[in-house]
Amino acid sequence: MSIFNGLAAVEEEILKCMKCGNCQAVCPLYKESRQEPAVARGKIRLAAAVLDGRLKPAETLARRFDLCLTCLACVATCPSGVKVDRIILAARTAMVREKGLPFIKKTAFTGLSRPHLFDLGIKTAARLQGVFFKRLEQEKMQPRFPLGLELRRIVPPLASVPFRDRVAETHKVERPVATVAFFTGCMTNYLYPEIGQATLRVLKAHGVNVIIPRMQHCCGAPLLYNGAADMTREMAKSHVDLFGSIRADAIITVCGTCGEAFKHLYPELLDTTPGYGKKAREVADRIMDITRFLYRLPFNPELFRAPELSVTYHQPCHLGRGLGVVQEPLFIIRSIAGVTYQPLKEPDRCCGNAGSFSLAHYDLSYRVLAHKLRDIKSSGAQMVITGCPACRMHLNDGLTQEQMPQKAVHTIEFLAGILAER
Amino acid sequence: MSIAQAIEALRRELGDENVITAVEDLFCYSYDATADLPEQRPDVVVTPENVDQVVKVVKIARQFRLPIYPRGSGTNLSGGTVPVNGGIVLSTLKMNRILEIDPSNLTATVQPGVIIQDLNNAAVQYGLIYPPDPGTVATATMGGSVAECSGGLRGLKYGVTRHYVMGLEVVLASGEVVRYGGKTVKNVTGYDLVRLFTGSEGTLGIITEIIVRLIPAPQARETMLAGFNDLAGAGNAVAGIIGAKVIPATLEIMDRVTVETVENYARVGLPTDAAAVLLIEVDGIPEVVKSEAEAVRRVVVQNGGWIKTAENDEEREKLWSARRAALPALARRKPTTILEDATVPRSKITDMLLALEDIGRRYNLVIGTFGHAGDGNLHPTILADARDEEEMKRVRGAVEEIFRTALNLGGTLSGEHGIGIAKKKFLPWEAGNAGMQVLKKIKQALDPDNLLNPGKIVDLEEDRA
Repeated sequence: MSIFNGLAAVEEEILKCMKCGNCQAVCPLYKESRQEPAVARGKIRLAAAVLDGRLKPAETLARRFDLCLTCLACVATCPSGVKVDRIILAARTAMVREKGLPFIKKTAFTGLSRPHLFDLGIKTAARLQGVFFKRLEQEKMQPRFPLGLELRRIVPPLASVPFRDRVAETHKVERPVATVAFFTGCMTNYLYPEIGQATLRVLKAHGVNVIIPRMQHCCGAPLLYNGAADMTREMAKSHVDLFGSIRADAIITVCGTCGEAFKHLYPELLDTTPGYGKKAREVADRIMDITRFLYRLPFNPELFRAPELSVTYHQPCHLGRGLGVVQEPLFIIRSIAGVTYQPLKEPDRCCGNAGSFSLAHYDLSYRVLAHKLRDIKSSGAQMVITGCPACRMHLNDGLTQEQMPQKAVHTIEFLAGILAER
Repeated sequence: MSIAQAIEALRRELGDENVITAVEDLFCYSYDATADLPEQRPDVVVTPENVDQVVKVVKIARQFRLPIYPRGSGTNLSGGTVPVNGGIVLSTLKMNRILEIDPSNLTATVQPGVIIQDLNNAAVQYGLIYPPDPGTVATATMGGSVAECSGGLRGLKYGVTRHYVMGLEVVLASGEVVRYGGKTVKNVTGYDLVRLFTGSEGTLGIITEIIVRLIPAPQARETMLAGFNDLAGAGNAVAGIIGAKVIPATLEIMDRVTVETVENYARVGLPTDAAAVLLIEVDGIPEVVKSEAEAVRRVVVQNGGWIKTAENDEEREKLWSARRAALPALARRKPTTILEDATVPRSKITDMLLALEDIGRRYNLVIGTFGHAGDGNLHPTILADARDEEEMKRVRGAVEEIFRTALNLGGTLSGEHGIGIAKKKFLPWEAGNAGMQVLKKIKQALDPDNLLNPGKIVDLEEDRA
């Protein structure tokens, strides 16, 4: 049974929790609030109470399940191996099924689930954004009005032309060593087209053909993580159809959460959808983060200039603990001559963004970020590299607000920036 | 006088931010880390920020006759923080400041909500350590640890929590604040109430400040892993090491079931045919460490065992990972994990291990035993499925027999987890009638209205009824 079909699917996980509380040692939210409902053990007890009928689904209960970054730190530390994320997703889905989505989320997710409407909406917004945001510098804007965003928050502007509208669908190189399909993700498409461009450039430099399917859209992860599984099924099916039909050695992602959607959530969501179970698993098998793909290619450090730079690396939760991509980015960064890698004290601690979590709980999200900023400062590095556009945004928001000299970039942007001219 | 009025009074005195009443949140304070206990919601959770607020809570509790259940991280293993009669859960987690590290007196002064590991991290900057090292060192609070007198992996050489508590500030059931002990090593002024409150499980007073002793961090250490083909060999080696006048900082044992399970789960290179494995660490001055490690190796070989010594930090980490994997590995075999802590004199370790194997066979249960061989504190870990009522009956039978066996061997019901509610009904076996009366008189003297963590260790109600 799929976790998106009810809490009964995670009964075994709930039973496995021996209530030891070890999750308290690693939960970033618990460390801020020091209240039991914030930590995995508390939420698992709540899920147990729903499952045996002691608690009824309610909006107040849904809010407790919302208070989780899904950073997987508890999963990694749990002595009993409880997959807490599965319990959280099952609980959120069950809450939404019983109580519906809050109005704002419903509107947003309806938009995301209709690719053409969403694309049009974003492009319109890109033209109008000057009305609502003031531009600080090239890459940074601040809201003029509280548009559901904190006024102090620094966000990147929407791209005037989205990435996928800027580039051809197929990019061929001479004597290709491999062919990949590139799933860009929304943040790369609409906010950081430079991440997309960088991916293209580095892949081509490595002799890789790249296909960027036009018909791709939002991976649906924001919906799935917010319990809106029923709205996501068609999105997942269309991606499984689209990428399942492309002949490519790998499907590349540049965002751990998009990767998680394809790798773990689609197979779960489509498990019993006729004609899709096997297909979703086949697509999942080919999903690969850009750094893992480059590492296995293998990565060629000689394509790059030696920049004499000290850098540090923030490990995105879904990329590291989710997809297991931990060593590859570090190997790549350290293999470049001239680059000094100065590790963070806790490189795998969540930055606090967690996608829509930072919209709903910006203060808490920023308090979690503050730990990361302190670590960046004490690392002494000149630049922060990370493997996720959402972490990148959150880190830059904090670095700007704290007037720190570092800038956060995506691993692939960092690489594209030091590609030797050829 | 209703609960609602009490909550209103609490809000007035502590502020809304320190009073939790939402039903979903109360559910999250209805349990601790103990297996096989019913959950019970409190009526309200308070999170006082200082001793004055604790006093206010006690006064309101007295006025409205509501029980108070002090709680740290709720990682205890005795049911000690479960609010069995409803009422007020008092969380100490907002009182989490390290007030002082005093390197000239070798003391630290902390609030009860400080996590043990955080104190260690602060002490290490002065080249000092706080030796008590319970398995929950990264999560448990100092307040909880003192209230439960927790032990851990270094008990043999360094002792347990009570050996490090020098002074306490306590809010009594009357609402008065008292301080006992202090920074002096010597103190025979009046009764030793620091010791009384240490391990009192929140039944005699609410600890609001703690002065603990720190010691210089050892300069060197050596870590070794030894394996034996029979339990007697391991038991004799433990005795032999002590006999050779070596007191290791760590002397841990894992039985056959644990070794097999750990190897299947973590593949750390343990021989699965070993009847028992010992993890031994000696620490101190480099020259002494060297000669002690040699003595340990000699004793192990004399008793028919093999031994590996870690050559560097990486290898040390590998040896430790086997021991650290014990509980996780066992816990993953079945959904329900019942972790006991019956303790025997060190010389009876072999007898106890053999008896545990026998109990496992007779009750048809998987019992993996690991623990602190050096101080006789074992953790028989019973693996079961809470949904299987028949199996759980056997579990409860086995637990009773484990306690009886420990007592028959001259041991005790609990080495480090405490009595709480989980072992309450067994306490008379060890304390006897007269002993129980003394415990009750102490409770009555300090908490005549039975407001503080009622229903734990001793029951006053049943006497009145």
